[in-house]
Amino acid sequence: MPHDAMSKLVGDYYTTHFTPDPTSEGDTLILNLGPQHPSTHGVLRVVVEMDGEYIRRSEPVLGYIHRMHEKMGEVKTYLQYLPNMGRVDYLHALAWNWAYVGAVEKLMGIKVPPRAEYIRTITCELNRISSHLLWWGAYILDLGGITPIFYAFADRERIMDILQRVTGARLTYCYYRFGGVSADIDDDFIKETREFLQHFKTRLPIYHGLVTGNVILRGRCEDIGVLPVEMCRRYGATGPVLRGSGVAYDTRRFEPYSVYDQLEFDVPVGKNGDAMDRYDVRMAEMVQSVRIIEQALDALPAGPHVSPDLPERFIPEKGEVYFAVEGARGKIGVYILSDGTAKPYRLKLRSPSFSNLHVFAELAQGTLLADAISIMGSLDLVIPEIDR
Amino acid sequence: MKTIGQTIKSLWSLIVGLKITTVEFCKPQITVHFPRKEVTNLGSYRGHIDLVPLANDPQTPRCIMCGYCADTCPSGCISLKFHMVGEEVNPEQRRRLLLGLDVAVPRSGGKTPPPDKIERVLDGFHLNYNYCSLCGLCVQGCPVGSLAFSRDSYLVGRARQDFEFDLLARLKSRAGTNSGKAAA
Amino acid sequence: MIIELLATPLGHTVAALVAILAFLGLNGLVMVYMERKVCGFIQLRPGPFEVGPRGLLQPVADALKLVGKQLVTPLGADALLFWLAPFISFAPVAICFLPIPFGPIATGMEMNLGLLLILAFSGLNALSLVLAGWGSNNKYGLLGAARAVAQSVAYEVPLLLSVLAIAFQAGSLNLSTIVEGQKGILSWNLFVQPLAFVIYFISATAETNRAPFDLPEAESELTAGFHTEYSGMGFGIFFLAEYSYMIVVCAVATALFLGGYDGPFAPGIWWFLAKVFFLVLILMFFRWTFPRVRFDQLLNICWKWLIPLGLANLVATALVMKLVK
Repeated sequence: MPHDAMSKLVGDYYTTHFTPDPTSEGDTLILNLGPQHPSTHGVLRVVVEMDGEYIRRSEPVLGYIHRMHEKMGEVKTYLQYLPNMGRVDYLHALAWNWAYVGAVEKLMGIKVPPRAEYIRTITCELNRISSHLLWWGAYILDLGGITPIFYAFADRERIMDILQRVTGARLTYCYYRFGGVSADIDDDFIKETREFLQHFKTRLPIYHGLVTGNVILRGRCEDIGVLPVEMCRRYGATGPVLRGSGVAYDTRRFEPYSVYDQLEFDVPVGKNGDAMDRYDVRMAEMVQSVRIIEQALDALPAGPHVSPDLPERFIPEKGEVYFAVEGARGKIGVYILSDGTAKPYRLKLRSPSFSNLHVFAELAQGTLLADAISIMGSLDLVIPEIDR
Repeated sequence: MKTIGQTIKSLWSLIVGLKITTVEFCKPQITVHFPRKEVTNLGSYRGHIDLVPLANDPQTPRCIMCGYCADTCPSGCISLKFHMVGEEVNPEQRRRLLLGLDVAVPRSGGKTPPPDKIERVLDGFHLNYNYCSLCGLCVQGCPVGSLAFSRDSYLVGRARQDFEFDLLARLKSRAGTNSGKAAA
Repeated sequence: MIIELLATPLGHTVAALVAILAFLGLNGLVMVYMERKVCGFIQLRPGPFEVGPRGLLQPVADALKLVGKQLVTPLGADALLFWLAPFISFAPVAICFLPIPFGPIATGMEMNLGLLLILAFSGLNALSLVLAGWGSNNKYGLLGAARAVAQSVAYEVPLLLSVLAIAFQAGSLNLSTIVEGQKGILSWNLFVQPLAFVIYFISATAETNRAPFDLPEAESELTAGFHTEYSGMGFGIFFLAEYSYMIVVCAVATALFLGGYDGPFAPGIWWFLAKVFFLVLILMFFRWTFPRVRFDQLLNICWKWLIPLGLANLVATALVMKLVK
């Protein structure tokens, strides 16, 4: 082969600076997982140094779907930034909606009517179930089982139908508004939601029978990617990843916002912190979400769905605010620094996937490639949320 | 003995999985084949926005040209064209009904300056649907309810220009066909 | 003249080969359609239904698409090995069909060592995967090739052990003789030697590189493994070979364990095909139900469970045969 043709195969900056470690024994192979790879779910790229099928080192490369959401916050008014929140994490868009709306409400001291709080809880938890369902299907897809994602999508489709009734969107919701929600829910919505919850309870045993109990899946998940609590602390991992390691930290419980302190629900935790624990935590969380929705539907008060005494323009005082909610992937935080104008001076989005991703590099060390894929899947990464 | 029990249990889990797929295999399919059948839940579908006419005059939109929609649109899709009636118009009053949303004085409690009393005539209401993210802020914020989502879920086009609409012309053509029908 | 030619052993073999190749091409179409329909029904979808009545022409459209695609040799690939590999994968399949008794007289070539021939030639498949992975100058391909080797090391031994038990029992390696030994459903080897059947079927799933043992092409880990770089018919031939191997292993299973063409009412060949396609259906259900195992788990299953069990089964068979005689 001519020399210049060979030079095309060398790779870019990220692979060349990741040359095989000279101190390592034997021949190693630098492999690019992604940005186009079936199990990196989007455009995550992981450069790995492999010794046979074992991973020596790995390094995630980010930035392939960076859209400058934080910078956009500085050039848009508070209201105009709302649609952005549906696009940071498109799987649990309503949690991001809530985090931002909640932050601005806290900053401006806007009171939210109780009905709106309950509507937010119901829709956000429905969205959480749909997010976990998608993760469930995609994770089994990573492990080579193709059918579950179709069952998950069949149920997810019903959630999207329900949410479409009120939000008008199926994926990138822009539903919550400062001081409430954009549209009230009607009796049909409540009826459909209740029907769905009944249906969903009959589906869970099928999921568990098809996947959870399966010996092949257990072989691929148990004792894979054991994540100690201390490591979670170092990286700031939150959500099911942290709870899988046995820490019962849930923002809904420990920094209660909205009406979560009036609702009964458990915080499921794992024992060992392996991939199976993270799996179990998410499956249990869906059940808890069902519980929450049922209670919220029962307790749904009458009243306006949006605060009646809203200012015409949303221009907060000078000040700063941080508001956190529990998303499907962990703690979602929005920090706003206001200089008293119509646009935020600085807006910072704390995305859980970003912290959870960085656990991967350390967890994957010394594992097989197949296990690394299993670990990555069990972290439930949403790439647009990592890059923002 | 325990290992044998576990092995049998794990092998049984495979049978359980096969049983579930066999049951699903026999169930009817749940997909909708688009050209032959259409989904029925399009009631809440959000298409691009459209102007809402006055109750008594289908040719004229309710729009008062305040400019709230154009100001609030996160993507800047909306632009208004209008002129004022009357010759003696103060140049300072040659503005839209509302000031820009970011112009209000801080600590004024969001109060806007009082609107002026000049009559305006809408010449064009342009929507660049290419950039619209369908957030609904304009529809919701319109003080006179002059905007609504259209329901055409099968809108397609071949070029970017196909999605640049003049909503006023759309309204007029709609009203024209309607009144034509009524006349006939 | 032609009848005379067919009567000679060589003429018979050539005619059988031609028939087998025609059968393989047709079978590829049938199996693609069947797999896509099965997968669709399991996933609550209709499967292909646009091309032709009930989507029957979809496999033809797929095949035409594959034929029409440009063949690309990747930069730095060993062109000879790269293009040799698909043919090494496909050619032995045709030979594997020769000793299979489709019906009482419908056997391509009667031979005493028929079973051995099938096992020997089907083992060549691993070689083609290695060549494909190595020749394509792709890291995923290389990993897939390494896995193919690990996999063939794992499944070949238990496969042989389970087949050997049947051969002991029948006292012959000729498939027709083995089939003749099973008359009536209760004398099928499935009920005489259930353990051997389980071992054989697991190993056979691994041999065909089907899920849950599709490690060399594990698409969620290695994108497409050994055939990552193949386009058009290069991929198509691998695909055809995989489906043909499915038929081979299921046909052998039918002959060894399910009484071959044994069955009432209909002519034997229909019974044989029905049994083969039933086993194929089970393989397809495996694929659409189970996640993939890891390759060290496959080695564990094969070496720690299947080989000891296979050996025990073999010894037990030998003892029983000795005592009975």
